[in-house]
Amino acid sequence: MIELFKNPNYDFIGKRKWAYIISIAITLIGLGSLVAKGGLRYDIDFTGGTLIQVRFEQPPQVAKIRASLGTIQLGESIIQQFGDPREYIIRLPLVAVGSEEISRRVQGALGAEASLGKFEIRRVEFVGPQVGRELQLQAVYLVLGGLIWIAIYLAFRFDLRGGVAAVIAVLHDVIVCLGALSLFNREFSLPVLAALLTIIGYSVNDTIVAYDRLRENRGRSMPKGRTFAQQMNDAVNQTLSRTILTSLTTFFSAAVLLFLGGKTLEDFAFVLFVGVITGTYSTTYVAAALVVDWTSHVEGRLRRGKKAVAKA
Amino acid sequence: MPRHLRFRIGLVLAVIAVSVWYLYPLKSSINLGLDLQGGIHLMLGVEADRHVASQTDRAAEDLKSALERKGIAVKRIAREGNTAIKVELASPQSWNDSRTVVAEFSSFDRRDDDQAAGTFRLVMNDRRVSQLRDDAIRQGLETIRNRIDQFGVSEPTITRQGADQILIQLPGIQDAARAKALIGKTALLEFKLLDERTPIDQALAGHLPETSEVLFGREVDKQTKAERKIPYVVQRRALLTGAELTRAEVSADPNSMGNWQVAIEFTSTGTRIFGEVTEQNVGRRLAIILDGTVYSAPRINERIPGGRAVITGQFTVDDARDLAIVLRAGALPAPVVILEERTVGPSLGSDSIRQGLIAIAGSAIVVFVFMLVYYRLSGLVADIALGLNLLILFACMAAIRATLTLPGLAGIALTIGMAVDTNILIFERIREEMRVGKTPRAAIEAGFRRALRTIVDTHLTVMGTAVILLSFGTSSVKGFGVSLFIGLGASLFTAYFFTRLLFDLLYMGRRKVDAISI
Repeated sequence: MIELFKNPNYDFIGKRKWAYIISIAITLIGLGSLVAKGGLRYDIDFTGGTLIQVRFEQPPQVAKIRASLGTIQLGESIIQQFGDPREYIIRLPLVAVGSEEISRRVQGALGAEASLGKFEIRRVEFVGPQVGRELQLQAVYLVLGGLIWIAIYLAFRFDLRGGVAAVIAVLHDVIVCLGALSLFNREFSLPVLAALLTIIGYSVNDTIVAYDRLRENRGRSMPKGRTFAQQMNDAVNQTLSRTILTSLTTFFSAAVLLFLGGKTLEDFAFVLFVGVITGTYSTTYVAAALVVDWTSHVEGRLRRGKKAVAKA
Repeated sequence: MPRHLRFRIGLVLAVIAVSVWYLYPLKSSINLGLDLQGGIHLMLGVEADRHVASQTDRAAEDLKSALERKGIAVKRIAREGNTAIKVELASPQSWNDSRTVVAEFSSFDRRDDDQAAGTFRLVMNDRRVSQLRDDAIRQGLETIRNRIDQFGVSEPTITRQGADQILIQLPGIQDAARAKALIGKTALLEFKLLDERTPIDQALAGHLPETSEVLFGREVDKQTKAERKIPYVVQRRALLTGAELTRAEVSADPNSMGNWQVAIEFTSTGTRIFGEVTEQNVGRRLAIILDGTVYSAPRINERIPGGRAVITGQFTVDDARDLAIVLRAGALPAPVVILEERTVGPSLGSDSIRQGLIAIAGSAIVVFVFMLVYYRLSGLVADIALGLNLLILFACMAAIRATLTLPGLAGIALTIGMAVDTNILIFERIREEMRVGKTPRAAIEAGFRRALRTIVDTHLTVMGTAVILLSFGTSSVKGFGVSLFIGLGASLFTAYFFTRLLFDLLYMGRRKVDAISI
């Protein structure tokens, strides 16, 4: 029998102060990057605009592409290589001309520059300002909807402390994912939104497993002489192999998507990749740790309250 | 073999049979999204208010002639906004007579009466406005459907979305620009007399009678490809429109080599009007205008009785063919704008399929091997369950005719990693029960029972977010939500029910089980 952990008994909860520092540091780095870069880089789904994916027969010179776009007053467009060296993406800002006109003009301008050789327009995406605004709004609703769903579910399954701590852990994961997107200069697009929502649903799973175990242990026999923090640590250790293994298989899938899934899905897979890692981490170091501190805070107050009553 | 076991085996076999039945033949059972098979996705916004405005214009004209027929002189009559008509009578004395005429315009409400000044306003009532808006969208949809049918696209999707949007999906289209031009053209064909009394330079400076307007024609120089705009002063009132047209055919332009023209034929009413117009205006020029652009303005030499005309203007054969299509299908009642477009070329589509399948295969191989190595025979059981999961997932997608998109493929790859979570939860629990000294059989029993609650939890949380994704309008996100939802749902059956069945078959039949390969 292969076992990742044989009767693990790590002191996770005891080191939670360090974990808080790490969590806060990572969150701050992510937020700092977001602030420094003026927010996320949004895909045209949200900003509106036109995206044209072109494959040239020979790897082209970016300067030539830019020059040819300059002839139709679109020299300021963003031109990026996309996976293959022959493949490029051109992002055009929103302009007054309609989408049918603009792709025709780009095609004409690129065709006029003989040194670029033959090319094929493989994808055109145009998102008008109205649709962009709608999608922005929907994206916000979607993320809120996901969080609310998790909160409602936890409200039924957990008590207040566990529920709030789990929601904070999920929020932590969302912020880490967004921060990672910003740090690695990746774009927030519709598929990224889908990945984020999946992480919201997925990252809470391990938390449920560990918290269930805590309650199971406490319900079976009230362990005498073990503090709440120790009990929580036991629960985390007992479910450790489960947490790691389930995350591992999902992590494998996310990694395969990231490295083999192609350029179009790279940002999407990146969020899943980061999200699975932070989701596993936050189970113990955000959710469980917060419950422990909250509980000891409440119990401390109760004790002080009792003393006060006794004195009087 | 106990009865419950036979029943469970039967159920699994039935599920497999139904799945295979839905999936056969594979090529036609799975509905590929436009991002995978290539094609155009267009979201059009119908400017329905423009239709309301033009109907208001028409009512204003009708009102003016109705008043004049009753001998009521009108000083000014004009549209205000999209739905109102402001009327100024020449003299307040005709106030009472005007009221009876106005009463016939039942879709308008009379407001802001000022008897002393002889002015009032007519405002279209809300019911009529919403009816007109609805007409504009329904007729627009019908017209576009007609055009696409004539253009020849297999299995197009043309549906109304929301209040005033039309969703068009054309799979496998090669020439996206041409298709878009064909769909988006309003194709309002008008015949208007030239106003030859107003000099063009004066008109361009803004000095022209209220009944005239300046429109432009385009001329492209064959050598330099430079475009030249030619102004025309035309009378605002259209004598005849494309609504009175029965045929439109492409033919070679006899006067200009290599150019094509569209010959049109009017309905009987159109023929009569065209005959009268040409008879009454011999010697004047008649402009042929499409969507506000003057195509030609030939001089009327004599009455034209046959109801035939040609539209010329440096057309290529494709231009002429598309123009004939839009003229036959009729004009859109209101202009449309492209709100969103996603065009994917066929080569990119097949690349995406390949990459998606590689990701699924890669994910499956890694997870298969991992489970096999870590859990040995039990891992193999989980792997078989995973295979069944994929079979059911594809079958469900075929059964509900869900569209498989690139994010959908990614969702499947991800589902593989998540679906085995159920098995891991069960197996870890079984190991734990064995550690505390339970017999293998009791450990299996307890493992499955105790893991169930957690399994339900993990499924509900992720499937809940998948449902939220499903409610999202965009097809790519929806596709991901669908495969995630079905994949996880199926894993409840395969990773729990089916795995349990295999465990029972492996271990329950024997009298004594010494160890479990887990």
